Amino acid sequence: MTEHMEAALVLADGAVFRGIALGATTDTWGEVVFNTSMTGYQEMLTDPSYAGQILVLTYPLIGNYGIDPPIDESRQIQVRGLIVRSECESPSHPRGGMRLHDYLASAAVPGIAGVDTRAITRRIRHEGVMMGMIVPGDQVEAARQRLAELPAYDTQDFIDVGVDQPYSWVDGRPQAFSNGAAEPGPHIVVLDEGLKYNILRNLRRRGCRVTAMPPSSGVEDILSVNPDGVLLSPGPGDPQLREFQVQTATSLIGKLPIMGICMGHQVLGRAFGADTFKLKFGHRGGNHPVLEVPTGRIAITAQNHGYAVDPHGLSPDVEVTHINLHDETVEGLAHRSEPVFSIQYHAEASPGPLDNGHLFDRFLDLIGESQGA
Amino acid sequence: MTKPESVLIIGSGPIVIGQAAEFDYAGTQACKAMSEEGVRSILVNSNPATIMTDEGVADEVYIEPLTVPVLRRIIEKERPEGLLPTLGGQVGLNLAVDLHEAGVLEEFNVRLLGTPLDAIRRAEDRELFRTAMREIGEPTPPSAVVHTLAEARDALEEIGLPVAIRPAYTLGGTGGGFVRTMEEFERVVQTGLDASPITQILIERSLLGWKEVEYEVMRDGADTCITICNMENLDPMGVHTGDSIVVAPSQTLSDKDYQMLRSASLNIIRSLGIEGGCNVQLALAPRQDVVAWPPESMRDGGGVGIPHDEPLPYYVIEVNPRVSRSSALASKATGYPIARVAAKIAAGKRLDEIANQVTGRTQAAFEPALDYCVVKIPRWPFDKFEAGDRVLGTQMKATGEVMAIDRTFEAALQKAIRSLEFGGRTVLWEDSEKEEEPFRGSETPTDVRLWHLLAAVRADLPLDEIASHSGVDPWFLERLETIVRMEQRLLAEPLTPALMRRAKRMGFADEQIANLAGSVDERIREQRLSWGIAPVYKMVDTCAAEFDAVTPYFYSTYEDENEAEPELGKRALVVGSGPIRIGQGIEFDYASVKAAQALRAAGWGAVMANSNPETVSTDFDTSDRLYFEPLDEEAVRDILENEDGSQNGNGGDGGVASILQFGGQTAINLAGPLTTAARPILGSSADVIDLAEDRKRFERFLADLGIPQPPGTAVSTIDEAVLAADAIGYPVLVRPSYVLGGRAMEIVQGVGDLARYVTQAQAAAPGKPILIDKYLAGIEVEVDAICGGAGDDAVLIPGIMEHIERAGVHSGDSMAVYPAPNLRAGEVATIIEYTRQIGIGLGVAGLMNIQYVIMRDSDDDGDVFVLEVNPRASRTVPFLSKVTGVPMVEVAVRAMLGESLAEQGYSSGLWPSTPLVAVKAPVFSMSKLSGVDTHLGPEMKSTGEVMGVDTDYEKALNKALIAAGMAVPSQGRALLSIADQDKPGAMALIRELGEAGYELHATVGTASLIRGLGYAVHEAPKREVGGDPDVIDLIRSGQIDMVINTPEQISSNIRDGFHIRRAAAEQRIPCFTSIDTAHHAVGAMLEGGADYNIAPLPDYTAGRV
Repeated sequence: MTEHMEAALVLADGAVFRGIALGATTDTWGEVVFNTSMTGYQEMLTDPSYAGQILVLTYPLIGNYGIDPPIDESRQIQVRGLIVRSECESPSHPRGGMRLHDYLASAAVPGIAGVDTRAITRRIRHEGVMMGMIVPGDQVEAARQRLAELPAYDTQDFIDVGVDQPYSWVDGRPQAFSNGAAEPGPHIVVLDEGLKYNILRNLRRRGCRVTAMPPSSGVEDILSVNPDGVLLSPGPGDPQLREFQVQTATSLIGKLPIMGICMGHQVLGRAFGADTFKLKFGHRGGNHPVLEVPTGRIAITAQNHGYAVDPHGLSPDVEVTHINLHDETVEGLAHRSEPVFSIQYHAEASPGPLDNGHLFDRFLDLIGESQGA
Repeated sequence: MTKPESVLIIGSGPIVIGQAAEFDYAGTQACKAMSEEGVRSILVNSNPATIMTDEGVADEVYIEPLTVPVLRRIIEKERPEGLLPTLGGQVGLNLAVDLHEAGVLEEFNVRLLGTPLDAIRRAEDRELFRTAMREIGEPTPPSAVVHTLAEARDALEEIGLPVAIRPAYTLGGTGGGFVRTMEEFERVVQTGLDASPITQILIERSLLGWKEVEYEVMRDGADTCITICNMENLDPMGVHTGDSIVVAPSQTLSDKDYQMLRSASLNIIRSLGIEGGCNVQLALAPRQDVVAWPPESMRDGGGVGIPHDEPLPYYVIEVNPRVSRSSALASKATGYPIARVAAKIAAGKRLDEIANQVTGRTQAAFEPALDYCVVKIPRWPFDKFEAGDRVLGTQMKATGEVMAIDRTFEAALQKAIRSLEFGGRTVLWEDSEKEEEPFRGSETPTDVRLWHLLAAVRADLPLDEIASHSGVDPWFLERLETIVRMEQRLLAEPLTPALMRRAKRMGFADEQIANLAGSVDERIREQRLSWGIAPVYKMVDTCAAEFDAVTPYFYSTYEDENEAEPELGKRALVVGSGPIRIGQGIEFDYASVKAAQALRAAGWGAVMANSNPETVSTDFDTSDRLYFEPLDEEAVRDILENEDGSQNGNGGDGGVASILQFGGQTAINLAGPLTTAARPILGSSADVIDLAEDRKRFERFLADLGIPQPPGTAVSTIDEAVLAADAIGYPVLVRPSYVLGGRAMEIVQGVGDLARYVTQAQAAAPGKPILIDKYLAGIEVEVDAICGGAGDDAVLIPGIMEHIERAGVHSGDSMAVYPAPNLRAGEVATIIEYTRQIGIGLGVAGLMNIQYVIMRDSDDDGDVFVLEVNPRASRTVPFLSKVTGVPMVEVAVRAMLGESLAEQGYSSGLWPSTPLVAVKAPVFSMSKLSGVDTHLGPEMKSTGEVMGVDTDYEKALNKALIAAGMAVPSQGRALLSIADQDKPGAMALIRELGEAGYELHATVGTASLIRGLGYAVHEAPKREVGGDPDVIDLIRSGQIDMVINTPEQISSNIRDGFHIRRAAAEQRIPCFTSIDTAHHAVGAMLEGGADYNIAPLPDYTAGRV
């Protein structure tokens, strides 16, 4: 049995949690957040919305079914670090040949296993999210000092997480952008601020032609490829730092049907005049109940966000369509007359419940209606 | 659906295999939910040992048989607006359907609440279900019923190999089997068709080796659907889920697999239209290319080439449109109270209108997130029934189950094994009879397969081969390997703090570590505590710590943060009774729950420890704190140390005392160890318990008091045994010392049987003495008493129960009558006096149970002998509490806390009888346990009990028999096969049957007796004589309505009797193996028993009927 290297998570409030090194044995720093999903670690690791964050998984047994590269949600691991109670050294699944440890190591992403993740979670729940570092076990003091100097999560714009060149989604993977292909189906532009591939897969499965464009794309850029609708994607960071995208969204309203997801929802909320604010410890998991106001039904949703829309400044043209049952924050908005709506949670799932794919159908229905009209 | 004003809740009746305490938990939750909603609840159950039938749970309680005529009378009287059919197990559900079909619901305008009837039908009816699944595109395993080989070949085209072939109407699937190839197919189809009496076989796509996964799902009237929990079986498809080792949440499913099956489950509950809870069972292919198991790729141990884009194939196996055993497990595994929420949905609430009591601030409309791993292991009765067929399949055989929680699978599994309370069968146990084929033990699912898997891993067999032989996912085998590697390290390396901590984190008990490291438990405990290695306790909070939770529901683990901080103030730990097994049933959970309630009522904090997920005691609001833990010395001491803060060397207030007398033998066995560990015990001390259990001490004690016992002695050799038995005089009762529940006890008539018995007993427990007592075939009487303890000297006897069967039948299998109908005043006075003297003399504080036998040889008062004293709550406590109105557990707890019986308003002596007659009847699960002889004897065999209560004996007895499924038909065909030694005693019974006009059938000897008495009789040839049809055929073909068969002492006839009794059990007709029982049962039927009353229990106790 190999002896494991000790590693520690040092939190900004001084707390230290010691375990053994997992993945790469480098230092890392980021905002420490927790997710309560019991499955889907690979999808979470590759979710770009975790950029800049160290992810604590509350489910204690991670890596059981290994890693299956085709289910990555973006081009690489996005988290800065991973904290687990227990990592499975010998995964078992017909598809998951690779071990989590090797996956992290090959991407130079460090982690810690063997720590009391519930204790970390409880601390974050009480104190709120905070910055933290993963360091070798003997560098705790140095980490404490560095933590004081590191930039806060909220000050980083993460604009580089999205793509810098447009691409097409064909055959289940990103391919060089080609416009004007005589493909049938509505053409959707997804503004990639850190999207998960499953958004593109969902659109593709519904017969759409899908183009992802950089977050810096302006209205003209977008309109130049003749889309039938625009989807504002999820992404990391504070929506206050996305003023350019807010402007773009504002200009697009009335021109094209728009769907916003997560960050895209926050951007739309700001475009509708609302402010956004940071949640104490965010919503991250696969079990959050959301009230669908129009139907009275409860949707079980996958969530991953640290900010929310404050409904107070919302334009009277917009209604709140979805509300989180736990803390009554806004989970969905719809324009009363334009084909524009947004949801704070992840209709694309992956990980999480598949109950909300119908929202993509709704988007396509809106496109159909707006073109029929 | 609008809220009803009143609702009828049907319980599940007696505990039988497949239907245990989980429905007491569900029904109790439902009653609480109704009370919260302001709905009047009317509860009917025949099982007195339940919390749900206790005062204050439902608004009206009927302890009456669960039959359509009885329910009709209750409905007519109570006029409930609604009926809640889905919380009383299959019994409750079937009865609701029967009431509907009999037109009763329509007649009295009762509406079914929650899941509508057609949803129930579509879920329960095999064909309707398949159609429903086809309509929504959910796959079910293809199958076909065929009658010829040609039809079979056609069917195979669609089904595809491999298939399972099941002949119709053959027991245990004789003649069928599992086939992979065309040649095998042709052959097995032919043998199957030949074996089936109606030449019919079922051909079904075989899912051998597929994973079995379950989802617990809820749906409300607004169509919100959620899953509460998913669970994965360690045993692959083929073993009943109740007999499977289950882990929650699933461990080997990726998010894609998990969500695919979750969506399927939601699809199903929506399409069926269920409102409330539902359980969906699915089979998931272990790999994409699965066509045969093991797949080619695995058979050569070679690489795998799998298409990546296709999801794994799955099938929907079954849906339970009701609260089930799995939902009880899921409730305890997640903290989400499924039954309570289902009941509220039935009362018209939406999920988002129901509060989540665990967090106190969120709603029931969410899916629990677990941050721990839960393992359930069934508890099988094969320690009792050694002759039983241990192979597991589609017929459930377990009587109970244990659950354990920890942060890793290894630790949860090891805790679960400890919780089984199998004594010697720890993780390290290995079957001494080694299989010649190394994989055979792991291939065949049995109660000990887990240990065979561990042995295979220890033997270094390649894991992939173990996986392909057993079908168990390699992930689980890797976990077993982790455990085995740690065993090897503990064997080989010196124990360091680091190694100790690793072992404890992996769930190794101090005892195992001691075993492996060559030390003793206590040394290991001291050492680890000195190293600061003690468990912390984490909360089960439904949300993985995302929100603050208020429920005090904890499990131990070896990590950093302890969430169960010590609390100050007066409080006591109630040690529960662990898994339900024969001899230790739901009665002890009843007592544990009542003890917690009594503590709280007295202003004490109640801390509960238990390992059984089915129970009310493990409901998080039964106690102030719940520890879900094994009930062994280590776990209980850890809990006590955590409770008083002494664990971390802080001294602690030492103020947490343990209450051990309510949790059956499980709890009482801890008295010695806890006393040694200087832990205070409330109630009878360890010394009192030892005095009652140690034969020598107890003999001396009784002799000093001048109270007689049947003469007897302890022996160690055959010579001693023969001499002793001669001196005492046959028949003698023989049993091993220190074995409980009548295990291995026998009545021996002569020296030959004695020699055989002693030889066997010595082989089973070498060196242990064997007890030989005079067998007294007198009237057996049972007394429960409450003793005030030191300084009180009051002994209250709430009631005396008389057994219908003479001594020799285990008290748990006897029918007991309250008040004792046949005792003479002098005998009663003696019993009261002996009971008082024993209680005071032993120094009992709290409950005790005494069994007496009365021998009469004249019209004078008989001689009273003491058979046994148990200084703890007995299985009759709930029965007696209910019929006497004395809240026995509460009185006992208050006495332990220092309140004298007089202060509580009770005096010494026999409590006045209530104006009713109550009969407690045992219920057996024999139809489910092939190979087990059903005859009554000193060894307990029943799994549950029912109560019949009425104004006179015949009515009460008849109702008890109806409720137990043993009712004597008022006319019909009775088969008698009576052993020679019982023939004189059977004559009165034969006359009664003859006079009443029953059609009598009998085996040869009994037939001559019947003819001799002047009645017509059909002679049924015994099987060994080779008659056609023989006596067994006669029973199996449904031509007999009742069997009276007593076992022969002469060995040549034993097998025929055995087959007669098995046939009756499998045919589910009443079978009396004691002339006493039969005589009383027939008498009750003939003398007005059919004309019984129906009333709420308090009306009987108050004399208002």
